[in-house]
This record gives sequence, structure tokens and C-alpha cells, in this order.
Amino acid sequence: MSIFQMTRTVIRNLTGGPATRQYPAVPARTSALTRGHVAFDPSTCRSCGLCSRRCPCVAIRLDKEAKVWEIDRMRCIACGDCVEGCPFGSLTMEQTYLPPVVEQRAAERYTITYVKPEKPAKKPAEEGAGA
Amino acid sequence: MPERIVVPFGPQHPVLPEPIHLDLVLEDEKVVDVIPSIGYIHRGLEQLVQKREFTEYVYVAERICGICSFMHALCYCQGVEHIMGIEVPDRAKYLRTIWSECSRLHSHLLWLGLFADGMGFENLFMRSWQLRESVLDVLEDTTGGRVIQGTCKVGGVRRDIEKGKLDEMHRALDPFEEKCREIGDVFLNDDTVKYRLQGLSVLSKDEAYALGAVGPTARASGVPMDHRETGYAAYGDLGFKPVVETAGDCYARCAVRVKEVYASIDLIRRAIEQIPEGPLDVKVKGTPDGEYFSRVEQPRGEVIHYLRGDGTKHLARARIRTPTLANIPPLVKMLPGAQLADVPVVVLSIDPCISCTER
Repeated sequence: MSIFQMTRTVIRNLTGGPATRQYPAVPARTSALTRGHVAFDPSTCRSCGLCSRRCPCVAIRLDKEAKVWEIDRMRCIACGDCVEGCPFGSLTMEQTYLPPVVEQRAAERYTITYVKPEKPAKKPAEEGAGA
Repeated sequence: MPERIVVPFGPQHPVLPEPIHLDLVLEDEKVVDVIPSIGYIHRGLEQLVQKREFTEYVYVAERICGICSFMHALCYCQGVEHIMGIEVPDRAKYLRTIWSECSRLHSHLLWLGLFADGMGFENLFMRSWQLRESVLDVLEDTTGGRVIQGTCKVGGVRRDIEKGKLDEMHRALDPFEEKCREIGDVFLNDDTVKYRLQGLSVLSKDEAYALGAVGPTARASGVPMDHRETGYAAYGDLGFKPVVETAGDCYARCAVRVKEVYASIDLIRRAIEQIPEGPLDVKVKGTPDGEYFSRVEQPRGEVIHYLRGDGTKHLARARIRTPTLANIPPLVKMLPGAQLADVPVVVLSIDPCISCTER
């Protein structure tokens, strides 16, 4: 008879402790690479706009005139592409998960200090050569 | 002649959190006919390929399925790389193989748990998921995500696994395999499991072939079809042999998956031993222009990504055929003759993933 295959495992389970943890009272297990959420440092941002261009889910918006950098947490999928693409190190990936939200809120808004100057207009002769 | 009644099964049902709907035509308690319908959660992910750059679409491709996410990304990347003629470095191929097999491990352990739950074997269900958790921990340590890895990209991989971590994984494989074999023995040898599954919903080899079954469903019926044999990524170097059973019943489909867990552990062990040093990715220049049918063996079977590029940074068309779609006709063939109480187990035996079928 082989209906007692499970018995050894059952006994070990009874004597062993629980395999789960009491989240959120006990913090979730994370590693150094865990993609929790994207953090932004407005003081180092040079408003190049690479993050908003790279974002696959259009969660990041940059408004140079209003000096505003916004991230929509409901859209962000924490893929980390913006963090990899940021040339100034303004974006970092934090390991902690943000608390869940139940309603659609306005995007998280930051004011940036430095705004990249517009490129000077090209001369007509150069445009002709480029085309 | 007994009266026929129609019992709707799904899209919300207690068996599995996947919105599959089946109209079961019953005579007394016996199923005589099945009418499947899907289409409850269409997400339009194929259309998105025209709005996202081809390098960004990897993140979307990965989110087609929450279980075989890495393999969707791998299949997409391999397709684009083939169109653009990119040769991926060897180390990246091995890392892709390791992560693919980790995904297969956690998918199969998840399925074994669900299957035990479907049979009413709650203790085994919890044990399987406890084992799955250790695979998820390894995935989180090496990629940063438990189920959405985000490490595959066109031209290679985004992250490396350090040598220390690889050694640690290698050391952990033996105790892990021992635990898996304890669980696997219950699935393979326990009398209660055998009484419930043996001879239930037999799919013959010819039927499996004719109806286009893929993955463990086909292999349980004796069709030795596994796309890993073609040697994509690093499978060609690892000496892979498909797991095949011949009975074609639910027990055989369970046995294939249990033995594939052991095979995956073996593949990871060999991949870690043989992994070469070298770069992780190559620089991607230009845009894809051409078309390709990219195929990868997922835990549920063979997935096909058809990709067509027209020389712009957006692909013109992506068509994704997931394994569950191919396994629905065999399911319709399997169900007639089963008792109503066995329907959940039979439906589970193809490992349905409806959310990825509808994309």
C-alpha cells in the first residue's frame, strides 16, 4: 500500500514552523536587485527627457516650461528602464514596495530646478545640407 | 434516454482563477459534449506593438503571461534578433536558459499545487507552493522580480549572475531536488492520486497529433514533440531529451510535469557547470525589416510569436499564439465521457492559461 507516501512530509510540517510571514507587520523579503518603486531626485535632474521617452507605459511626464517632472504610480510597471537610461543618476530603484492605492490619484509631482536650454535654431543652409 | 441539460462552467469558477467558459452538455452526471468560449479579458497587447518601439515592446511581451513571462520576452527577442541578424553572446544564451528553466520549475510547481488542490489534496497543494517559493526567491535574487523578470532584451540580457550566486544556486539544487522528489513520489506513487487520475480522459497519440496538442499534453499522449530539442538559446549544448509518457490520461499528464521538474533541475545544473565567461549583450543598431516565426517551448507548450517589421522603429505586426489556445481542441475531445465531478481535474490537466491566450 502506498497511501502513506505523504506521512513523512506531513509530520515534518507539523513540527516545523510556518512557511509564511505576517506581511505587512513583517517586511517582505527583498534582495539587492528587487524592483520596488522608482525614486526621483529633482536636484540632479537636467530635464533631458530620456526617462519619459524610454518609459514603455507612458508613466513619466516632463514639462520643461512648468519645470515639472511627474510620475503616475498607477501606470508605472517598475521595469527600471528609466533608471538604466538616466545619464545623471537622478532616478534610483528602491527595494520597498509602495502601499497599495485604491483610487486613481493625481500623478506624483516634483519641481525641477534646472531646465535644459533650447537648442539654437539651425541656419537655413545647414538644414538644406542635412536633408 | 436520459434528459440532457447544459451546465455553464466558468468564467468565474472555484477551480482556477482563469476566465475560461465551458458549456457542459450533461446526461445525468456524465459529460457528453462541451462548447468552449473565450474572450473575456482581451487586452489588445498585439496592437500595442505598433505604438511602442521594438526594444520597449519586450516589457509588454513579458506581461502577456504572469507565469511564463520570461519565455514570452525570450521568444520576442529571439524573433527580433533573427530578423535583424544579431548574434547573441554565449553567456547571455546560458543565462537565458537558466532563467527559462527556473520559470518552468516555478510554473510546474504552481500547476502541481493547483492540480493537487483540484483533486482535493490540500496538504500536497501547500507543499508544492512552498517549494515554488524557493524558486521565486532565486529569481528575485538574480533578476529583481519574482514573476516578471525583466532581464531579457533585444541583443542579450540586462543582468549578469555573479559567480558566487551561481555556485550558491548549484549547491542549493541537490537539497531542492530531494524535496521535489519527495513531492513527486506522492504524485507518481500514491494510491489515492492514482485512483483519481488513471484512465481519466484518455487522449490517444493520433488524436493529440491531429488536434495539434502541444507541450505536456502532447507528450503525455506519446507525441515526442518538444521545441527545446531544436537547440535554441543554450539547449543545444546541454544534451536535452524530452520527457514522454504514452498513456494519455490525466495521470500521464501529471507524470510528464513531475518528471520535467527533475529534467529542469538537471538542465540548470548543467548550464551552471558549463556557463562560459564573456559579454552579456551586443549593441543593437538599425531597425527590424523582415518577418519571422519565433518559437519557444514554454511550460504549457510551444508559443509562437510572428513578428513583421517594415524598417521603422515600430514593428508592423505581432501575432502571438500561446500554447493554451492549441490545447483547447484536445480539451474538448478529452471531456466527453468524464463525470461532472472530474471536469475541474480534466480542465486543469492541460494547464490552461486563458489570460495569456487572449493577450
